[in-house]
Amino acid sequence: MATLKDFKGDQPTWCPGCGHFSVMASLQKAASEIGLEPHDMGVVSGIGCSGKISEYTRAYGFHTLHGRSLPIAQGAALGNKDVQIIASGGDGDGYGIGVGHFIHAVRRNVNMTYLVMDNNIYGLTKGQTSPTSQQGFITKSSPKGSVESPVHPLETALANGITFLAQGFSGDIKQLNEIVKAALQHKGFALVNVFSPCVTFNKVNTYDYYKENLVDVSTFTNYDKTDRMNAIKTIREKNGLVTGILFKEDKPTFTDLTKDFPEIAIAKQDLNLDSTILEKIEKQFQ
Amino acid sequence: MRNEIVWKVGGQQGEGIDSTGEIFALALARKGYYIASNKHFASRIKGGYTHYQIRVSTDPVYYHGDYTDILLALDQETIDNNVDVMSENSIILRDGNEESIEVKSRGTVITFPLTKMAEAIGGKIVRNMVSLGASAAFYGLNEDLFDSIIEDRFNKKGDEMVNMNKNAVRAGFAKATEYIDNKNISITPLMKPELETRRSLMIGNEAVGFGALAGGCRFLSAYPITPASEVMEWLKKELPAVGGTVVQAEDEIAGITMAIGAAYSGVRAMTSTSGPGLSLKTEALGLAGISETPIVIMNSQRGGPGTGLPTKFEQSDLNTMINAGHGEIARIVLAPSTVEEAFYMTAQAFNYAEQYQVPVIIAMDLSLSLFIQTVNKLDFNKITINRGKLLSDAEVEKNEERFFLRYGFSEDGISNRSIPGQKGGVHTANSNEHRESGHIDEDPVIRIKMMQKRLGKLAALKDPGFDVLGEKENDVLLVGFGSTIGVIQEAQKELEKSGLKVAHAHIKRLTPFDTSLTDYIVKSKNVFVIENNYTGQLRRLIQMECNTGKELVGINRYDGNPFTLKEILEQINGTLSKEGK
Repeated sequence: MATLKDFKGDQPTWCPGCGHFSVMASLQKAASEIGLEPHDMGVVSGIGCSGKISEYTRAYGFHTLHGRSLPIAQGAALGNKDVQIIASGGDGDGYGIGVGHFIHAVRRNVNMTYLVMDNNIYGLTKGQTSPTSQQGFITKSSPKGSVESPVHPLETALANGITFLAQGFSGDIKQLNEIVKAALQHKGFALVNVFSPCVTFNKVNTYDYYKENLVDVSTFTNYDKTDRMNAIKTIREKNGLVTGILFKEDKPTFTDLTKDFPEIAIAKQDLNLDSTILEKIEKQFQ
Repeated sequence: MRNEIVWKVGGQQGEGIDSTGEIFALALARKGYYIASNKHFASRIKGGYTHYQIRVSTDPVYYHGDYTDILLALDQETIDNNVDVMSENSIILRDGNEESIEVKSRGTVITFPLTKMAEAIGGKIVRNMVSLGASAAFYGLNEDLFDSIIEDRFNKKGDEMVNMNKNAVRAGFAKATEYIDNKNISITPLMKPELETRRSLMIGNEAVGFGALAGGCRFLSAYPITPASEVMEWLKKELPAVGGTVVQAEDEIAGITMAIGAAYSGVRAMTSTSGPGLSLKTEALGLAGISETPIVIMNSQRGGPGTGLPTKFEQSDLNTMINAGHGEIARIVLAPSTVEEAFYMTAQAFNYAEQYQVPVIIAMDLSLSLFIQTVNKLDFNKITINRGKLLSDAEVEKNEERFFLRYGFSEDGISNRSIPGQKGGVHTANSNEHRESGHIDEDPVIRIKMMQKRLGKLAALKDPGFDVLGEKENDVLLVGFGSTIGVIQEAQKELEKSGLKVAHAHIKRLTPFDTSLTDYIVKSKNVFVIENNYTGQLRRLIQMECNTGKELVGINRYDGNPFTLKEILEQINGTLSKEGK
């Protein structure tokens, strides 16, 4: 059985103290704990600091394009449903340039996990305002403060029918590990949004900021994580600053609902067809 | 006796023009005739003038013809639009309250009470069947010509429906026969084809779908777009039965990137699109190139740019197909010219994609994609599956290193490939420049070696890139690509009749370009490059690739419609006479 060490990939180059270290560690730990082998796992990442996770994790990786990790990951998940697929990226990648895919991935409900490292800033391009930056956020691209209101990925996901939604924080690796494990084990599209501070460029959304403001829904009395409306309400009331498993629902996935979806993984199908099959198709044109 | 007829039905969109044309074409294909066709239609659902032109011949044809021999006109607009393209001794059959016959300079206009006749039999819905019956009689065909199709289409709806349609055909047939016998309409019957066999009739998009299926494609993701959607629709129906699936993507970018994801997982995958979609897919095309992920992209060209002419014919994506994308990648662009070729080339595209680990584009065009042609009995033995350096589970498992060298350097530049799930094959596929294991590496030495590896891979591709009919030394060399093959073949024959020595080279692979065409260009007195775009994209490509310094004469049309034979001949003869040759 694979151990945590087996999932260690290339040498990370993230800044010391970067929140992404915890996110990656929780993924690697969760993978080893649920008995995955590196070769049964595919990490498809977008572009940005977060996108490097497919370099630093030892698994089948695909470091792709900015904003396109989700459709590529869905293609890979549908191509071989026996492989555990994790898409990963940052707030700019997933909620900015790739947000169109995000909504559709949610409603398509392919069996996979989407791990977002949300640091409210564009890091790799050296500090510009991101889609999750708060109004008034000051960067080189918004020197007088950002005027746009931030996106609400959690509520968007819930509104579009997400079947597993969780939020974690790089400063609480124990909780994060549990969340990621549950996401990997969920049947359907699971979103884990992680507040993962950028220690170099974001002086607002820091570890201390999150420690002060985040609340864990498991501390609420009678929080019902199967209640979609309550999840939306809670997130709204807490201005998105909640952690834990916020919503979970058991629903048929895309492949369950696609009645003629092949039983055997598509990547394992024999491609050579008997000519009688082709001749039968040819007849429909006559 | 005649060996061909050009038949046309015209009216407003939504009046059953398409189904009437399809029934006519299929009936004749079932008798063993060859069919080429063309449709005129607008980007709307109901209303707007539309026509369906079908050329029926005892010999193979790939051009729908300049002139119409019989026109079924459902309205006056159809007559107005076609009066100039009617052949000598042609027939225009129109619907009217009273019967009449009027002999005009080029042919005869016959009015039948088609609607009334249809209503007497069962309703206006069989009006087109009445006219089909009449058109069969005018060419000496039998009244049972459409019976098998009527049975196939209406058996489920019961005998009454079948009989109603058959009766409608017979009523039209009887009425036309009465005119032939009593009103001195001279008819020239259509000869019987040499071989009475059922020929397949398909549009290019179906042939691409079928070729993909036969060639091992098991995943298609695409976004609806004219004139490409039929590939998705056909495969949606057929792929599951052979262990595949089709996903309608949320946009063009998802269309290609999902296919890249599926290909990465080890599936033969494709996407289908048209020009605007190809523009959107460009960045992902580069991803497929640098990550060496084999995918197939069908691009059916339509009138551009922007939204352009969505339902019109143009060949103006050539530059985009061979060049699109920032940076430099190796790619293969195949250009089928007939529906039959679209089948075989698409199947082969998947071999090329995996053997060379490159994206392969199938360059279709609107005419080839949408207009039915007969296809000879397909030879499925020609279809082989060659997955190149994709290793088996056992081979991958032999790797004892921590990372599999997915981008390992090799003599031919092509690396061994492992796919997710294979033990021992763990690596990172990468859009960033990378080292042999796939991990990011910006070292200049690695960069140079990787560039040479990727861009040198196609040096081994030596398959012929064009088909040629004729010798190397010519008075006239005609060059084209795509669906213009039929009209150019006919231009060649016509020019030969005037004593010229003519060859026709049709480009089948746009990149890597087969520069052995140079010989033909150098040895021919006049070279004409015939293409449907303004800037002469093929002509300029040939000038660049063959670099002969010789002037190539461009014959270009970019009004959204295919060339006529007449205009090609006029332009060639005009040039030749100007030069006094």
